[in-house]
Amino acid sequence: MLKYVKHYMTTIDGVEVYPIVALGIFATVFVYYTLWAIKVNKNYVTELEEMPLDNKDI
Amino acid sequence: MSLETFYYDNRIVRNFSFAAVFWGAIGMLVGLIIAIQLYVPDLNLDLPWLTYGRIRALHTNAVIFAFVGNAMFAGVYYSLQRLLKTRMFSDVLSNIHFWGWQFIIVLAAITLPLGITSSKEYAELEWPIDIAITIIWVVFGWNMFGSILKTREKHLYVAIWFYIATFVTVAVLHIVNNLEIPVSLFKSYSVFAGVQDALVQWWYGHNAVAFFLTTPILGLMYYFVPKAANRPVYSYRLSIIHFWALIFLYIWAGPHHLLYTSLPDWAQSLGTVFSIMLIAPSWGGMINGLLTLRGVWDKVREDAVLKFFVVAITAYGMSTFEGPMLSLKNVNAIAHYTDWIPAHVHIGTLGWNGFLIFGMFYWIIPRIYQTKIYSKKLANIHFWIGTLGIIFWALPMYWAGFTQSLMWKEFTADGYLAYGNFLETVTQIIPMYITRSFGGLLYLIGVFIMIFNMRKTVKNADLLSNEAAEAPALVSEDITKSHKGEHWHRWIERRPIQMLVFSLLAILVGTLIELIPTMVIKDNVPTIASVKPYTPLELEGRDLYIREGCNACHSQMIRPFRSETERYGEYSKAGEFVYDHPHLWGSKRTGPDLHRIGKKYTHAWHFNHMYDPTMTSPGSIMPRYQWLFKDDLDVSLTEKKIVAMQKLGVPYDKGFEKEAVQNLQLQAKEIADELKIQLQDPVTEIDENKEIIALIAYMQRLGTDIKKEK
Repeated sequence: MLKYVKHYMTTIDGVEVYPIVALGIFATVFVYYTLWAIKVNKNYVTELEEMPLDNKDI
Repeated sequence: MSLETFYYDNRIVRNFSFAAVFWGAIGMLVGLIIAIQLYVPDLNLDLPWLTYGRIRALHTNAVIFAFVGNAMFAGVYYSLQRLLKTRMFSDVLSNIHFWGWQFIIVLAAITLPLGITSSKEYAELEWPIDIAITIIWVVFGWNMFGSILKTREKHLYVAIWFYIATFVTVAVLHIVNNLEIPVSLFKSYSVFAGVQDALVQWWYGHNAVAFFLTTPILGLMYYFVPKAANRPVYSYRLSIIHFWALIFLYIWAGPHHLLYTSLPDWAQSLGTVFSIMLIAPSWGGMINGLLTLRGVWDKVREDAVLKFFVVAITAYGMSTFEGPMLSLKNVNAIAHYTDWIPAHVHIGTLGWNGFLIFGMFYWIIPRIYQTKIYSKKLANIHFWIGTLGIIFWALPMYWAGFTQSLMWKEFTADGYLAYGNFLETVTQIIPMYITRSFGGLLYLIGVFIMIFNMRKTVKNADLLSNEAAEAPALVSEDITKSHKGEHWHRWIERRPIQMLVFSLLAILVGTLIELIPTMVIKDNVPTIASVKPYTPLELEGRDLYIREGCNACHSQMIRPFRSETERYGEYSKAGEFVYDHPHLWGSKRTGPDLHRIGKKYTHAWHFNHMYDPTMTSPGSIMPRYQWLFKDDLDVSLTEKKIVAMQKLGVPYDKGFEKEAVQNLQLQAKEIADELKIQLQDPVTEIDENKEIIALIAYMQRLGTDIKKEK
């Protein structure tokens, strides 16, 4: 499968870097948010979580 | 700190809710009609505007954009005001949004049955309506961002992120996929052709599912499930990861609709890989939704709202597992073009969209009318009959899908197709179609029970149009001041405009990687010297094919499998479609593939078949197209059509547009003369000016250019 990907990708200059950059961006964002989710302040999260429940229902 | 008093606008929520239910009932009724037409083709009463190919698009557009669309807006307007502690930015914009959207729906309901369509799935509406949609969508965004900027809250709750991503992405998708050159007020051609058009279409098509039927509904889930359960979401942290991963990954997945087609392999692989990765965020979201109900399962037993939510989230989990599995090439080889796909889709739409929306309405309506639901029992009956409806809908269609696929691919010991006549594979699954329509009927009965229940609920109650609320004003420092040690995520999350930019960036990365190489790399679409533009008559015939929605049931894309090349002929090449504005590959084979139909049969065969399909194919479920024999071909636009094609780069000779009509008439006469000889029937009159001649010309051209090469 990789053979085909490579075949098309090699036909334009520098194109092989596109998907790698894109995957890099995605991986960075993903790792960042995972770390954020682990390290985030608990009180802050609680404050956010309670937002929909803040209104009194009629 | 002093409290400010303000009022939530409940009237707009009520309007969108009622519109959703009204159009939902109509859209589902049309769905039921087309489901029955598959085994009672006569149900179109020989009326063009009641025929399957045309009203199938009416069904899909009505349930997606009118039912889910209006419901989404109802939920967004309800939750957004409360999450921001403010009234909507502008009542005028709210009303323009509401009435504009309904006007667009009415236009769709008129134009689609008339055969005014661009043929691109879920984007069938013609260009003036596309522009109207763009304007109304901007009004919605303007109103939403205006409200967000008026917020009295320090933070943006995760539901709003989903709404923002929805707004941004749908805008991009809608504009790019509807780039077309108008020929007249009711006719346009896609600027893309063939492979590129298919790629753009399914980049759009898949993300219409992602960003119209999924992200806004997830936003609603993150608001209404905690509300109904009266407890916070299971994990807010998970919801953040869910959000970013989902919008990043979804945008790449479109090409999984085109596996084994003429799309370049690298793009297909990209679609598969990202589709598989999508399981993670999708299931993260499902788990988050379901676990929000931990500790309140006893309430689920009694509360219809929670019951609807549980089944909705479960259906979301099921279809988001099935989707990635269907993106595996080996599974897709079996499932694509079969009834497996509608089954998969309807788990998502009937289960996830429908049930989450019903639950939301049972929750919202009594509250804004300051009353209790008229009958909890009826709500529970709706739940059970709806659930049964989904089961009766989906199971027979899975069965039908497997059956079709097995029959299409079966060979005898001597190496011939076991079911060489496609029709055998159709008549085999008629019982499944009947059962499926029964499922649809049950589901629709459920909706009518809800309508009755809602009607009774609001009958003697008053709408609280302006609901008073109080909150402290937000000091601007709260938003802009950076706190020591805070994460930059909070910096984004507190500023909606940054949020918009970041989600736009997230979706554009995938979009550009996916679309640009196919557009610019010549090698991706190898040209074939013998492939020539359509003649004017064939082009007109092709437009009739589009008008009648033939591509709703017939594909024009033969995959490189022995079972397909044996049945249909040589597999389809990317270079064969370079003049196809738009592409007509189709996504479903209710009837056989037509890419190599050209010259396979005589003109007379097509003539008889279109007049009454059972004449040539006893037991066929295709409707009769007798109006094509009565109506004259309209050639008033032929010249303009050629000019439009020239603008798009189709190599007609300079000045050819002037001769187009004459050329068309010559070819029509030629076909009519041949037809007279073939029919050997002195009674049947052949008029070369009728539409049927153009359609035959197109059908006889299909897939034949490549043969000239040899």
